[in-house]
Amino acid sequence: MEFAVRTWSAGARLGSLQLAAGLQVETPGLLLLTRKGLPAFIPPDLLQNLHPDARACQVTPLHFLESPNATTVAKAGGLHKLVSLTGFGMVAVARDSLMDESNGEGSSKMGASFETSSGRRVVGPAKYMEVVNAFKPDLWVSLPDEVPSWVAEKRNRLSVDRTLQWLDQCLSLQPAEYGNRCLGVVVGSTSLDERIRSAEQTATRNVAGFSLGGFGLGEDAAQRAVQMEAVLTKLPKEKVRHVSGIGLPEEILQAVGAGIDVFDSIYPFMLTKGGYAMTFPLNMENSQRSFDSEPTGEELARSGGDSAKINLRSVAYRLDNAPLVIGCKCYTCRKHTRAYINHLINTHEMLAQTLLEM
Amino acid sequence: MLTTPAMALRFEVLARHNRARASRLTLPHFEAQTPLFMPVGTQGTIKGLTNDQLEDLDCQIILGNTYHLALRPGADLLDSMGGLHKFMNWPRALLTDSGGFQMVSLLHLADITEEGVTFQSPVDGKPMLLTPEESIQIQNKIGADIIMALDDVVKTTTTGPRVEEAMHRTLRWIDRCIAAHSRPNEQNLFGIVQGGLDPRLRDICLKGLVARNLPGYAIGGLSGGEAKDAFWRVVAQCTAGLPEDKPRYVMGIGFPLDIVVCSALGADMYDCVYPTRTARFGSALVPEGVLKLKQAAMATDFRPLDSSCSCMVCKRYTRAYLHTLVTKEAMGSQLVSYHNVAYMMQLSRDLHNSILEGRFAEFVQSFLQKQFPEGDVPEWVCSAMEVAEIDISMCCAPQSRIAKMQV
Repeated sequence: MEFAVRTWSAGARLGSLQLAAGLQVETPGLLLLTRKGLPAFIPPDLLQNLHPDARACQVTPLHFLESPNATTVAKAGGLHKLVSLTGFGMVAVARDSLMDESNGEGSSKMGASFETSSGRRVVGPAKYMEVVNAFKPDLWVSLPDEVPSWVAEKRNRLSVDRTLQWLDQCLSLQPAEYGNRCLGVVVGSTSLDERIRSAEQTATRNVAGFSLGGFGLGEDAAQRAVQMEAVLTKLPKEKVRHVSGIGLPEEILQAVGAGIDVFDSIYPFMLTKGGYAMTFPLNMENSQRSFDSEPTGEELARSGGDSAKINLRSVAYRLDNAPLVIGCKCYTCRKHTRAYINHLINTHEMLAQTLLEM
Repeated sequence: MLTTPAMALRFEVLARHNRARASRLTLPHFEAQTPLFMPVGTQGTIKGLTNDQLEDLDCQIILGNTYHLALRPGADLLDSMGGLHKFMNWPRALLTDSGGFQMVSLLHLADITEEGVTFQSPVDGKPMLLTPEESIQIQNKIGADIIMALDDVVKTTTTGPRVEEAMHRTLRWIDRCIAAHSRPNEQNLFGIVQGGLDPRLRDICLKGLVARNLPGYAIGGLSGGEAKDAFWRVVAQCTAGLPEDKPRYVMGIGFPLDIVVCSALGADMYDCVYPTRTARFGSALVPEGVLKLKQAAMATDFRPLDSSCSCMVCKRYTRAYLHTLVTKEAMGSQLVSYHNVAYMMQLSRDLHNSILEGRFAEFVQSFLQKQFPEGDVPEWVCSAMEVAEIDISMCCAPQSRIAKMQV
């Protein structure tokens, strides 16, 4: 694994992440959300239709505690082989973004407590690394003790200490021939002092990069921005930075502006499940769309959409032969219309989700 | 009576093996090869698969259900969109059924009268009537390459005068369908042979439909719980009574074994929800039969679903991994559906090519040997193959062969 920053602009950076042999991903980049190693709705033969930089996935060991389990993965020769995505990067992240966020309760020195599809489980470094090592991922995030923003100071300090202990344990359980693939987690919640302590301590470990944790757990955007700033100034610039727990486009932009390189987000998945398509313009200056012909905010609101997305359940789209976004070159926009997707959603057809997720 | 049929298809038999035929069926949107299986895309989509994937899998004709499509998105909407092909963006062929079967099987208080099928609208409970005219009009709006006549279909387990009544009514309705059909040069109206399990009734229906000189014919009213031995006999009688130079479609057939037998008896087209439906329950179609992926043993089985299958799923995934997905993740459904459709299309190709290349008998033998490695080929299959004049004695275990000889 190699990471190099190519250019800077204020706090933001453009870089490239060299993952599995031959695979290079431009950063800032999104890690695709997965369930048991595969995207929720896009099968592997359709993944090639995504943007060429969409070649890395976020996978959580929490989906691999029962069925499948670490043995299944190991027998297959690693995660890439098990799910047949050998041309993709796999980044193991502890948190299951789609489940209830941990509130820090239930965690102990034995491990962090997580909600999984087979109930609440406590996962410690040994169990975590058993799965991570079976994965043979391109990068892996160490096991953190994340706490929400409202915990007492004492609990917060404990989370920083524990996260560091677990980082050390995880590192010791990483096979030597592996090379350095660990992203050390920086926590500390809303206490700037603790955030800085966590960042400085983590930076002393032999890690390949960092993951900013403890977000999406009750802090507001302003607090988050301040915490990120504080943490990122303490981290070596040449190492890759990942963040979990944020998702909205605005949040991503803010994080990238502060110096984040890779991120995961549940936003595409949530919109897909709700029957929404993202429509906000990606490039304001060169936008092909004339804002005069765009539906007004009021019209959008009537159909359940807004300036960032349209609600394809709405009868407003029953006869609409336009693609989801005019000018969009994605698979779905090239092949299908809003009317067809509206029909698929209303008849509860799975194809709707496949097309929307893309 | 029509003398020159209005047709929008060409059917050329390229090769035969006794009753079986390998043919080219040229439709307005696509040139297909028969025998073939048609996956069912009830509401304008085949559960979870994209058109690109369906083309990759060699799907030639897809079935849409008129009843469902007329409800959502609606026939007029489809008409204004330029038809179902444009709406779905499917470049190949489509077939729609008449809507009658769904109504009778899905709706409470559906009733059949001379006028048509009366039922309660599932949307608002109002009484509604589907007449032959209306069924055809709706299908004209949907725009499929092949459309089906509205028939009076009864369950094969029905006995008594109702069966005869239904058969005669089907013949009266075909004339109404023909009269109502407004696009005979773009859409092919197939008649459906009814008559239950009674050869006398089937014969009357056959003669009546053949006299109408339709572009193609379907054998209906089967696959509804009748004994297999009765089933194959009806198919055999109908294929024998239908014209050589028109396609023959056995409706509602999806078990690979049934398709092989019907093809041996001279049928060309089949449809069924079975392959895609069974995928969603975690069952994969394989040469040996059905693989139930939910079984505990699958968790440690690192083989592909079918080692002889070259589909994307068999090339990439193991039974062990698919076991963890089926019935739990949407992806599991998609992947097994993909394989099952691949399997059925491979079967279609195998049937067509083996007849074309003069090795149909060997194909049938090999198929049966894989499905019945113990030699326990069902009696009905043996009887059917006798009529089809295909020797399968090597597939049957000695005891059963001797038992047959002693009879």
